[in-house]
Parts: sequence; structure tokens; C-alpha cells
Amino acid sequence: MGKYILKRLVDLLPTIFVVAIIVFVITRLIPGDPAAVMLGPQASVEDIQELRDDLGLNEPLHTQFFQYIGDLAQGDFGVSLTYNQPVISLIMDRFPNTLILAISALVIALLIGIPAGIISASKQNSVMDYTVMVISLIGVSIPIFWLGVMLVLYFSVNLGWFPATGMGTMDEGFITYIKHLVLPSITLATIPMATFARITRSSMLEVISQDYIKTARAKGLKEFFVIGKHAFKNALTPILTVLGMQVSALLGGAVLTETIFSWPGMGRLIVDAIDKRDFVVVQGTVLFIAIIFVLVNLLIDVLYKIVNPRVNYSSGKGGAGK
Amino acid sequence: MSDEILKVENLDVHFRSSASIVKAVNGVNISLKKKETLGIVGESGSGKSVTATALMRLLPKGIGSIPNGKITFNGKDILSLSDKEMRDVRGNDIAMIFQDPMTSLNPVFTVGDQIEEAVRTHQQISKKEAKLKAIEMLKVVGIPEPEKRVKMYPHEFSGGMRQRVMIAIALSCNPKLLIADEPTTALDVTVQAQILELMKSLQEKNDTSIIMITHDLGVVWEMCDKVIVMYAGNTVESGKVKTIYDNPLHPYTWGLLESQITKNTLNGNKLPAIPGSPPDLRNPIRGCNFADRCPYAKEICKTTKPEPIEVEEGHIVSCHFQTKSNRLERKELVYIE
Ligand SMILES: Nc1ncnc2c1ncn2[C@@H]1O[C@H](COP(=O)(O)OP(=O)(O)OP(=O)(O)O)[C@@H](O)[C@H]1O
Ligand code: SF4
Ligand SMILES: [Mg+2]
Repeated sequence: MGKYILKRLVDLLPTIFVVAIIVFVITRLIPGDPAAVMLGPQASVEDIQELRDDLGLNEPLHTQFFQYIGDLAQGDFGVSLTYNQPVISLIMDRFPNTLILAISALVIALLIGIPAGIISASKQNSVMDYTVMVISLIGVSIPIFWLGVMLVLYFSVNLGWFPATGMGTMDEGFITYIKHLVLPSITLATIPMATFARITRSSMLEVISQDYIKTARAKGLKEFFVIGKHAFKNALTPILTVLGMQVSALLGGAVLTETIFSWPGMGRLIVDAIDKRDFVVVQGTVLFIAIIFVLVNLLIDVLYKIVNPRVNYSSGKGGAGK
Repeated sequence: MSDEILKVENLDVHFRSSASIVKAVNGVNISLKKKETLGIVGESGSGKSVTATALMRLLPKGIGSIPNGKITFNGKDILSLSDKEMRDVRGNDIAMIFQDPMTSLNPVFTVGDQIEEAVRTHQQISKKEAKLKAIEMLKVVGIPEPEKRVKMYPHEFSGGMRQRVMIAIALSCNPKLLIADEPTTALDVTVQAQILELMKSLQEKNDTSIIMITHDLGVVWEMCDKVIVMYAGNTVESGKVKTIYDNPLHPYTWGLLESQITKNTLNGNKLPAIPGSPPDLRNPIRGCNFADRCPYAKEICKTTKPEPIEVEEGHIVSCHFQTKSNRLERKELVYIE
């Protein structure tokens, strides 16, 4: 397994290289001149040209590109044009905030979505089942911007239970910290939660009709174990696939959610950077998210292998024959 | 009788399906003693598996029900047990193996786990003891290198080996009754013989009673003491295997025997079958439910349901023409077109 993971990590390098190229090209395609934006509308053409020289923007594109790749190879994401700080330190300031938001949303989504799907499947066609299905259908189709605003209107403005914006710090106390987290994580959790409920239900329904479930019941197992152990472990593969997709969706959704709730995370950083044409930051953050994304997918692949012994990897030992 | 392990009286099983009721089993009777083997034969859809599933009380919840009948197992009234008491019976007193060993083992657990689980569900033993028991059971069912095999997953086993594993699971708690639902149908002929041999020898050793569900009359002849022939949810004929072979009396049994003979002589080149198909069990049937396909059917068969008649000791037939004076004359090969 360790060897397999190492091999996969090495395999990731070309992927990341390609992503770096794409990110580089795309950021150059964002219309607008960062130097002009930085200096404001009153700046003279000469000033702008001078700043462009300083920033290396007047170098030919390929020179800029090799410079960028060379820096990247040393783990250098460049220096922000607007903050005058290394991009990596900007990311490290914000990323933990995004991570906390994304993880709490994921935990909520998993803890509610998966059990809801399991119960729904094991009580197929019951009132319970229909309720879960209707709610999750609404959940996957709800625009999260609208949902976020509604939650704020009701729970912050009307009831005053939770703050509408910002992120608490631990210094203000754990309760305050959590209170700030509630609305953004619920907003962000809604789509993945509904998606998990639906995939879990359909995957479980398929598994429950299998012969080995009959075998498990015929052993005298409690229904809880028949469903929760024998059926669920088999239903996990499609759930994992969706999990992988949802993690990237969460990172994407975080951009929106962070904007609604003024959450000081990566999403805000990217949006601000695009606004200011700070393409070094855009480049760095997008690449960073892409790396997180491929790592998550690697993790999911490893989980597949743990969950499903039939999955065979070319580098692994594989099945010991028939 | 004291050594009677299972008695089923007048068992009915109904299924609720969209706006209608399927009467899948009607008035089945079973009597099985310790160490005895009962065969249940009949075409596809005749209610064999449903009968077996009902004995385990594993009919699909809310869909399958037992409106009538009594099941007495080892002196216990099965139908009045609580859910918990019933779980204690399943896998412990009555175990079951299924037709397709490729799908009846859970693919994501090792075979060792699956045997250990069966043992630990019913016995208070440590994980380590259960592990040893799993290895021992694999040895008992003739799997080579059990210490190594116990850690493997079902997909690393052949079909025959998997059915051996199923038998190991089923017998791990020493059940008094083993229900085998077509245990060899999905296997190669040579493997079939090995599995049957294994079941027989383990039965011999542990005094297990067996209910053997099969399409194959050869298996009944090999393995069983008694047989019941089912057709469309009814028992049409039952008795000792020898009696039924020597003196089959029901036209449906004749058809089965005949198709078996032609199957053997034709070497399986042509699928022998009784022409026609069984009645739709959703509709009430007035007369004999075999009347549509029976070459001997007369007027009365369409209007009146034949009652079971005990024609000789233990030999019961449900056909109108079973009194000595009006018994049917069996014609050979009437079922082959
Ligand atoms: N879940 C169910 N819902 C509705 N009807 C069912 C259900 N299960 C079984 N039946 C009905 O019960 C009848 C008997 O089925 P059963 O599985 O017992 O046949 P069988 O004799 O075991 O056939 P085979 O040899 O093909 O295994 C079928 O014709 C079917 O219509
Ligand atoms: S009762 Fe009539 S239809 Fe039924 S098996 Fe006997 S002869 Fe045939
Ligand atoms: Mg069957």
C-alpha cells in the first residue's frame, strides 16, 4: 500500500505540471492590466509602463512562464502584486479558515446525508423514505446564494441566534466561534448533504437485494448489522466516488459561501485577487486548490482499495488467483 | 414423535404485490425427523424457495405473510417466537445455503470474517477462538491450506470452494436443520457431486436434518429419504423417495420423471419440459391447478379442487383419480411433443 501511494504521488507530478500551464495561460487571459489597476485611473502611461517593468510583465510570455515554473519547482508561488507578500503566506493565512468551513460542512453533510439515505433505503416506499427524497431533491436544486441569504435573514436578522457575517476567533470563546460557523457551514453543507442522501439510498437499495444480504439475515444477525455492516460496506464505493466529487464542489462552493458570509478564506482571497488583477495570487491559489483536489482524489482511491478488496491496482499484489 | 425435528402444517404464504395477492404457497405439510433428508422438487416458481424462506421467517417485510399454518421446530412454535428468539434460531438451529455461491458470500469481507461472525453471533467466544473455529470449519469442508485461505476474500475462491465456505458458515454452529436451496445448480457436474458428498458426510457426522430443494430428481434419489413434489404453490405428491420412484401417482410427478429421463437420454441437447406454463397465482383457481397442462384432465378437474389422499402409508397424492377403482393409467412419454 505504501508503495502504491508513493507511485501515485509521483504520477501526480505531470498532472500538476499541466495544471500549472493551464492556470498560467488562463490568468494571462483575464482582461485588464494589473499595473493600471494598482496605480488607479489617474496614473500616467509612463508610470504604468515602469511598474510593468518592475513586475516583469514586459518580459516575453515564455520567459515569464519559465520563471514561474522554475520558482514553482522550488515551492515558490511568487509574491503578490497587491499585498506585497509571498502568495504562499497569504494562502496559509486563509486556507485554514476555508478548511474549517469545508470540513464542518462535510461532517454535517456526511452525518446527516448518509444515515438519511440508509434509513430511506431500508424503509423503501415509506413516508420516511418519501420525506427524505423530497427534501434531498430540494436540497440538490437550491441555489446556495439564495439559501445563505435566507438563513441570514431568518436566523440572524429575525431571531438573532447567529451572527450574519465574519469568523469568530478562539479568543472570543468556543461558543462564539461555533456560532459564527453554524450558518456558513449549513449553507455549504446543503448540496453535498442532499447528494449523499440520494447516492446512499440508491446504492443501498441495489445492495439490499443481493444474495449475501439474505445470507447475513440467515445467520441470525440483527437487522442493524445486516444493513449497517454487510449492506453499507458494499454500498460505499459509489458513495466514495461522490465524496471525491463533493470535496471539489465544497471548495468551489466555499468561494460563494465565503462571499455571502464575509468569511476570511481562500474564496475571498481569490475573488479579491481577480478583482485587482493580481494574477500571481490567482495563479497560486488556483494551483493550490488543484493540488488539494488531486490529493483528495488520491485519498479516495486509497479508500476504494481499503473498502473493496476486488479493486486491483497494477502496482499491487492483486488477487491470489482463482 | 419425539425425534421429529420439524413439522409444518398447512402452511400458506401470500405476497402483496401492486393491488393483488399472490398465493405463492398453499397448504404445504412437512414432517422431518432427525438426520432425515427431505427433498422438495418442482418447476421454477412452484414455491420451493418461498417455503424455505417462510421456515426461516425471512419473507420480505410488509410484502410476504403467513396467513395460515403452523411450524413446529424442535418443539418450538416458530411463528409465535419474538424477533429476538427467531434470530437465535437462525444460523444456530436452522441454517441455510443458497443456489448461487458466487453471490451469496459478501465480497468485501474475508471468508474467515464471515465464518467467525456466524459463530460469534450465537456463541460467547473470544475473537481468537472464533478464528480457530473458522480455520477448523474450512478444514472440515475440505478447503486446502485453511490457515491461508481464511484470510482471503470470496473472489479468490472458485464456485465450488465458495459453496464449501457457505456450508462451513451454515454448519459452524451445528444446526439441527440445514436448508439447502438448490445448492449445486450453479456448479459444474463434478463439483456438484463433491458438494453433495460433503453434505452427506457432514450430515452423517452431526446428525443434521436436511431440506434439499432441487430441480434434479437425481439429487433427490441420491440424497433424500422423503420428497414433496410442488406445483404452483401446492404439494401434489409426497412420500418416501423409494415409494415415489416405484409408484408415482400424480400426473405432474410423471411429467417430471419423464422430463428427467429424456434429459438424461438426450444429454441435455434439448431442454425437456412439460408443455404449457403454471397458472397465475394472483387469480383464484377453482379446480386442480394442474388441469390446464394435465393430459389426463377430465371435467371434474376444472371445477373441483382435488383433496390430498393418503393412498398408502405416508404417500399422499392430490389428484381426483386416486381411489383404487378410478386410478389413472400412466402412459409413457405423453409430455414430450
Ligand atoms: N417478493 C415476492 N413478491 C411477490 N411474489 C413473490 C415474491 N417472491 C416470490 N414470489 C412468488 O412466489 C412464487 C414462487 O417462487 P419461488 O421462488 O418459491 O419459486 P421456486 O420454486 O423456488 O422456483 P425456482 O426453482 O426458480 O427457484 C413465484 O411464482 C412468485 O410469483
Ligand atoms: S386432478 Fe385432474 S388435472 Fe389434476 S392432476 Fe389429477 S387428473 Fe390431472
Ligand atoms: Mg428457488
